[in-house]
Amino acid sequence: MVNIKNYLRLNKLPHIWCPGCGNGTVVRALITAIDKLGFKKDEIVVFTGIGCSARTNAILDFNTIQTTHGRTLAFATGFKLMRPEMKVIVITGDGDGAAIGGNHLIHAARRNVDITTILINNSIYGMTGGQYSPLSPQGAYATTAPYGNIEPPFDICELVKAAGATFVGRGTVYHIHLTIDLITKALSHKGFSFVEVISQCPVGYGRRNNMRSPYEMLLWQKEHAIMVKQADKYSKEDLKDKFLIGELWVNHERTEFMDSYNALVKRLSEGMKGGEV
Amino acid sequence: MPKKFKVNLNPKWCKSCGICVEFCPKRVFEFSKDGKVRVVREGDCIGCKNCELRCPDYAVEVWEEEA
Ligand code: SF4
Ligand code: SF4
Ligand code: SF4
Repeated sequence: MVNIKNYLRLNKLPHIWCPGCGNGTVVRALITAIDKLGFKKDEIVVFTGIGCSARTNAILDFNTIQTTHGRTLAFATGFKLMRPEMKVIVITGDGDGAAIGGNHLIHAARRNVDITTILINNSIYGMTGGQYSPLSPQGAYATTAPYGNIEPPFDICELVKAAGATFVGRGTVYHIHLTIDLITKALSHKGFSFVEVISQCPVGYGRRNNMRSPYEMLLWQKEHAIMVKQADKYSKEDLKDKFLIGELWVNHERTEFMDSYNALVKRLSEGMKGGEV
Repeated sequence: MPKKFKVNLNPKWCKSCGICVEFCPKRVFEFSKDGKVRVVREGDCIGCKNCELRCPDYAVEVWEEEA
């Protein structure tokens, strides 16, 4: 098993997350995948935005850049263009990534830029005080939904797939081995890869939604997740309050953004040699 | 001889969230009276690493003891 301390900033531990918060386990999954693939620490750059998910790069011992709320993918895309040899990873949350950063997310997917995005979905804005997000389940309680959330959530994986992402998977903190596997595949994929990890926020979400302990929240993940390969064994009715996990979408047909960009540069420089653009 | 495992809990990082207490199949961890989680049955550990993998605070480490 990987010694994850080799990849952590030990002087930043214990981290600031609440007891039982899933974020720490997602960090472990990411480190395990990176270790498995044999990347050097300096080959990796991790971008985050704002929110509890953004604190991942306080403890990750890679090149790390914290950006503005929701705009992470714009910064990361610019960086990738400048330093295409680097492995660019974005860690975001359901508020940061699907609400404020929703537009950047769909356009990064549309461009199929070679970035791995991990969206930690804890169903709530944790850091800012428990407001509902576009991924909070309908009926869930939040500080801004004291009588229950009336809005239906996005299926963010379907959204990103429809926008053009070429690898899409969903794991949970409970299904840690699956999540490690999905992140490993996402990091090995060329193009825009996206992994949603359903995580637990015992303090901002669990307390308000009848799940008192982190353990209960992990059991909720276990009981509500269906492996995508098994999905056809269930009726529509059975699947109503469930979510699919596993590798949801892979497409090797679409051209990656940097390849299109480099082809353009080549075409233009050849044109210039010939005396015309 | 069955394998023996060491279970180390770092009290500086542990936040007593209880995840290891619940996930350990051998009940190696327990909440003590002061509300802190402690290793109480190290000898029963089977090395499944459920605790180490799921601890959000990297506070547990399990390794096989040399015979
Ligand atoms: S508020 Fe929620 S997501 Fe944020 S650190 Fe606490 S438990 Fe984790
Ligand atoms: S899972 Fe980790 S933080 Fe939680 S009680 Fe066990 S050792 Fe402590
Ligand atoms: S390795 Fe398994 S048996 Fe040993 S303490 Fe951890 S959870 Fe319990």
